Amino acid sequence: MRRLTYFIMLFSVTNMCWSAGGDGRMMHVDVDLSDKKSLQRGARTFVNYCLSCHSAAFMRYNRLGKDLNISEDVLKKNLMFGTDKTGDTMTVALNRQEAEKYFGVAPPDLSVTARSRGADWLYTFFMTFYRDPSRLTGVNNRAFKDVAMPHVLWELQGWQEPVYKEVINRHGNITRVIDYLEVVAEPVDKPTPYQDEDYERTVRDLVNFMVYLGEPVKLERKTIGAWVIAYLLVLLILVYLLKREYWRDVH
Amino acid sequence: MSNDGVNTKRRRFLTTTASVVGGAGALATAVPFVTTLTPSAKAKAIGAPVEVDIGDLQPGDRKIVKWRGKPVWILRRSDESVAGLDKLDEVVRDPDSNAGQQPVYARNEYRSQKAEYLIVLGICTHLGCSPLYVKENEGESYQLGDDWQGGFFCPCHGSRFDLAGRVFKGVPAPSNLIVPPHQYLSDTRVLIGDDSGTVRA
Amino acid sequence: MSRIIKFLYWLRDWVGARFPLMQLWNDHLGKYYAPKNFNFWYLFGALALFVLVIQIITGIWLTMNYKPAAELAFASVEYIMRDVEWGWWIRYMHSTGASAFFIIIYLHMYRAMLYGSYKKPRELLWIIGMLIYFTLMGEAFFGYLLPWGQMSYWGAQVIISLFGALPVIGDDLALWIRGDFVVSDVTLNRFFSLHVIALPLALCGLVGAHLIALHEVGSNNPDGIEIKDYTGADGLPLDGIPFHPYYTVKDIVGVVVFLIIFCMVVFFTPEAGGYFLEHNNFIPADPLKTPEHIAPVWYFTPFYAILRAVPNQFAGVVAMGAATVLFCFLPWLDRSPVKSIRYRGWKYKTALALFTISFIALGWLGLQAATPTYTWMARFFALIYFLFFLAMPFYTSSDNDKPVPDRLT
Repeated sequence: MRRLTYFIMLFSVTNMCWSAGGDGRMMHVDVDLSDKKSLQRGARTFVNYCLSCHSAAFMRYNRLGKDLNISEDVLKKNLMFGTDKTGDTMTVALNRQEAEKYFGVAPPDLSVTARSRGADWLYTFFMTFYRDPSRLTGVNNRAFKDVAMPHVLWELQGWQEPVYKEVINRHGNITRVIDYLEVVAEPVDKPTPYQDEDYERTVRDLVNFMVYLGEPVKLERKTIGAWVIAYLLVLLILVYLLKREYWRDVH
Repeated sequence: MSNDGVNTKRRRFLTTTASVVGGAGALATAVPFVTTLTPSAKAKAIGAPVEVDIGDLQPGDRKIVKWRGKPVWILRRSDESVAGLDKLDEVVRDPDSNAGQQPVYARNEYRSQKAEYLIVLGICTHLGCSPLYVKENEGESYQLGDDWQGGFFCPCHGSRFDLAGRVFKGVPAPSNLIVPPHQYLSDTRVLIGDDSGTVRA
Repeated sequence: MSRIIKFLYWLRDWVGARFPLMQLWNDHLGKYYAPKNFNFWYLFGALALFVLVIQIITGIWLTMNYKPAAELAFASVEYIMRDVEWGWWIRYMHSTGASAFFIIIYLHMYRAMLYGSYKKPRELLWIIGMLIYFTLMGEAFFGYLLPWGQMSYWGAQVIISLFGALPVIGDDLALWIRGDFVVSDVTLNRFFSLHVIALPLALCGLVGAHLIALHEVGSNNPDGIEIKDYTGADGLPLDGIPFHPYYTVKDIVGVVVFLIIFCMVVFFTPEAGGYFLEHNNFIPADPLKTPEHIAPVWYFTPFYAILRAVPNQFAGVVAMGAATVLFCFLPWLDRSPVKSIRYRGWKYKTALALFTISFIALGWLGLQAATPTYTWMARFFALIYFLFFLAMPFYTSSDNDKPVPDRLT
């Protein structure tokens, strides 16, 4: 009985919006699944930075190679570190219990994360790590408050610090909220010549790849869909003519 | 309603066209439903070629590996065993491997790429049991006669095969043991299930 | 060629002598006389049958690869989506089909309310239809647990808890439904059994009964006039036409139009913006963590909004139940001598319009966070919803209905 009340209360404070746990300000990213080069770069970032802790246990390497036009040799040399069987899935060597001890939570599998979070959230997440000495990892995140994950990409982005502003809240009190983030330390692992957009592009490629990872068949299904709809339109004309022909009888 | 002035020809034409186009669509829809029953990516990954190290195999020894869920035997034959195969030509059913039970590169007197190694699927061609490896000196315990030169004996229905996987006459199994596609990556490494690097002629 | 045709005739007669094949054909298609004035609203029966077939076939195929175990279920769905050839297509057809089924059934039911199809002599037909609707709700609910995502899990948790609200037996009943202290592997396994065997069987049986009852009393029509009352010299209804070929060719057009819309969703936007496949359901079920933002699937939200609108727990559950069951009493609540909306007076027209607005508004509110404003709106619309049914005997018996013509217009 009491449990039900609890659930109804729980449901009551919810809505369809799914920008979980941040301060609500989302950045927007345009991804393009047909851009194989971008997907290849994203795959490399993913394998180098994400796959050491997170798995993508539903994705097979050979599927990746086929969909992203990566040859088996390149696949084995540049993207596969844990296994040499191309039919294997992208699992991770990290022990779950160990991981839970370090981070408090086991790093979730990333196969379908893009489908639960959405591209914009992922992009915001990767863009908005900032220094926060109160956290064990030394960082916090604007899309995912008090995230357990450290800023893995700091070598590529550098460090950001929040710049606060004062606002008056609902109760009439002045509070400090984050206005924007400011880069205070340049990335160590930067290409020359370095441009600010380089990190943005890296993240965009990574998000693009994760969207692909969430549903590898996405691009193909739209192509098939176009043919199916075209066929159905032809069939519609025929069956409509047939119907009209028969209904001449009915007065 | 009335049926006066019905254009029967047009009506029949439209019925036929719509049926044919609609039927083609239904047929095309059936294709994915049939295709989906074929082995999945997972099954294919599990059934992927298997690499085996045969460096530690002594003459007379056999290694069993699993490929596509079936046992594959890799047997290292002694020189005497290989030499003895000739003598059995009269008593085996298909001495020259005429039936397509092996890739072309194994269609020879030893039924293998290298005379030393026999690589066959350990599945009896009769009804799918896995025969036993009976060495030369163990023939008696299965009542295989004094002149048993070593080979395979199927406990299910008594079929016998020699050390080249050739079936004897007068047993239920109809054909020789199957040689799976395979290739040698080096002297000591063999890849079962993939012969794409092998000369097929 | 003529030999083949001869053989087919022979085969038909051979079977016919042993099984009433031609009689079945004639009773339900070839010589089933339907009113000639069916409009757009009369497509949804055939479409519902079509979607049922899609769901059964794709369901059979999904069952071949799905694993009904808590440890394996989520992964087996992704296995279907990735590793099984065309598995994604079959799954999207099934998930889209579920929502399509409800859209069609709601429109089908609305048609009955527009044209008074539940009124005498079609009361039983309507009751059987309602049973189909209830079975379908159960089928959808059981099926929704199977992907074993967060929404599956917590949705099942909440709905089962509704039974816990019943006095005295509630907690034991909820425990009995789950077969465990929480929604668990046991629950998943039994829901799977119910979803793939029990309810589909019941559904097919009920659909058969629905069709038999329909063909016994004959179809209603947008004029709400009984065509059987005016027959020609041959005893056939003057305003009727054989279902086949006239309505078969017409329904085929409807099916193709439906397929175009259906395939657009399946191939281009299978999540339908999170309404058909919810975002949080791509996170595996976690019994320790409720997602921050959850709502039921859209087809349950009108009733869910009613549940939330009632401040008392038990009363809320009763109100929600009543909101669905009240439909069954329509044949007796409606006192108007007129069936079709075309000849009804302003009172019923207004009432139906208000009901329509309420139903849609409640459905929308059920998806929103329950702020105080929204809760009051939900109460307001819930009140209209119930008044539509409860006040029906009064406003329908005193309505200024128009005279109904004898023959179809």
